[in-house]
Amino acid sequence: MKQTALHDVHAALGAKLIEFGGWHMPVQYGAILDEARCVRSTAGLFDLGHMGRVHVRGKDHLRFLDRVCTNFVAKIPVGAIRYSLFCKPDGNPIDDLLVYREADAVYLVVNASNTPVDLAWLREHAHGFEVEIDDQSDATGMLALQGQRSTEVLQQLVTDCDLTQIGYYKFGFGTVCGLRNTRISRTGYTGELGYELYLDNKDVVRVWEAILAAGAGADVRPIGLGARDILRLEAGMPLYGHEIDATHNPIEAGLDFGVSFKDEKGDWIGREALLAVRSAPQKKLVGISTDGPRVPRQGARLFAGATDVGYVCSGAVSPTLGTNIASAYVSLDRGAIGTALEVDFKGKRQPCTVRELPFFSRTRK
Amino acid sequence: MRPNDRKYAQSHEWVKLDGDVAIIGITDFAVQELSNGNESDLVYCDLPDAGRMLAAGETFGEIESVKAVSDLYAPIAGEVLETNAAIEDHLEILSKDPWGAGWIIKIKPESKKLDGLMDAAEYEKFVASKKH
Repeated sequence: MKQTALHDVHAALGAKLIEFGGWHMPVQYGAILDEARCVRSTAGLFDLGHMGRVHVRGKDHLRFLDRVCTNFVAKIPVGAIRYSLFCKPDGNPIDDLLVYREADAVYLVVNASNTPVDLAWLREHAHGFEVEIDDQSDATGMLALQGQRSTEVLQQLVTDCDLTQIGYYKFGFGTVCGLRNTRISRTGYTGELGYELYLDNKDVVRVWEAILAAGAGADVRPIGLGARDILRLEAGMPLYGHEIDATHNPIEAGLDFGVSFKDEKGDWIGREALLAVRSAPQKKLVGISTDGPRVPRQGARLFAGATDVGYVCSGAVSPTLGTNIASAYVSLDRGAIGTALEVDFKGKRQPCTVRELPFFSRTRK
Repeated sequence: MRPNDRKYAQSHEWVKLDGDVAIIGITDFAVQELSNGNESDLVYCDLPDAGRMLAAGETFGEIESVKAVSDLYAPIAGEVLETNAAIEDHLEILSKDPWGAGWIIKIKPESKKLDGLMDAAEYEKFVASKKH
């Protein structure tokens, strides 16, 4: 298993470490629900060193990325970030990612477990394009500080960059703990105000400790992957392997905002298949809430009476909503908000209700 | 040292004979794995109906934490007599007293021979081999 620069720090904090996407990562330091509440009430710090980070440069980098990405990369303003996917010709994704548009390059952030596949895919399709694909995953680390108090805490450590001037899904460069030219983006996977920082591996522990020290008075705590999964589900954000995967396309997942069919983008891999899905979708991704004690889990079937109408992608206890929640695919005629369904637990049924996604967001304003 | 008055299964249940009844629960190690020491992380327990016949190794229920669901396995065969209703609403009992108040089901065993199960010392070694 691979380890991030913070592995021994997590162990010393008493974290429970698990395998995730080939990495040995902290799933929790204390109680998972308390960690989720911490991010919603103050702010929390996440080690995201496991995620893949790839710089793409070269004369043809925009044309190349517009061939392999679902969104319109050349139209992203410099300094802005967009959600995108890499899809196969059948329209199903091999991964989803964030695309950072720089003046003369593009920076990609991909999922840990898919990084090797993504790199192989990019290199395979780079044939005929003048591009340089620079995998920085192993040399760099990444931290996220998420929550309402993240700006005031992080600003204490950042000189020459006013964090309040970085808009949602924008990025800038500033001096963080004396480290010049550090990439800072206003992004995250929690539905909160928050930032992600990109660092050389050798600097990660120092910045991690500085953030926790600066945030001690604001009750900023380290947060594990368990709470991260709850927070992203509350925020209606997809996780590869759950809402999207090799058999679940972005259109039915409601990720149209990350897919561009504009003619100016030109043809791209998966376009034709996704156009067909768009004209005749078979199912839709919805939120589910249930007041029953059981948590709907991936694969659980949903019923309307005796009719099987769908299945769960992700489920969690939601401390923010005070109920158990899930994301699920349902047939189009069962997707209306407020539809009453039942979730099956090995033959026992529990009532649930279709809800709007996201369940929670403080960022969309 | 864990109690020596009972036997242990590799799936981390314990079984203790009490006259004609066998009491079944899960070990402190199982509780720790499920909850990571945070009793609030346990959210639900699904228990069988009285009268159900269980084969050795059969799934008789589930325990759910905020992270995942784990099956409960019958360490021996028998008929379910009673389930511990107290834990359904108070899963923290499993953390506080897994050996006593945190019992899960009582069964009428087919046999009082607890074959193929570990004693406390053997379970101790088994658990030690699980830790990495």
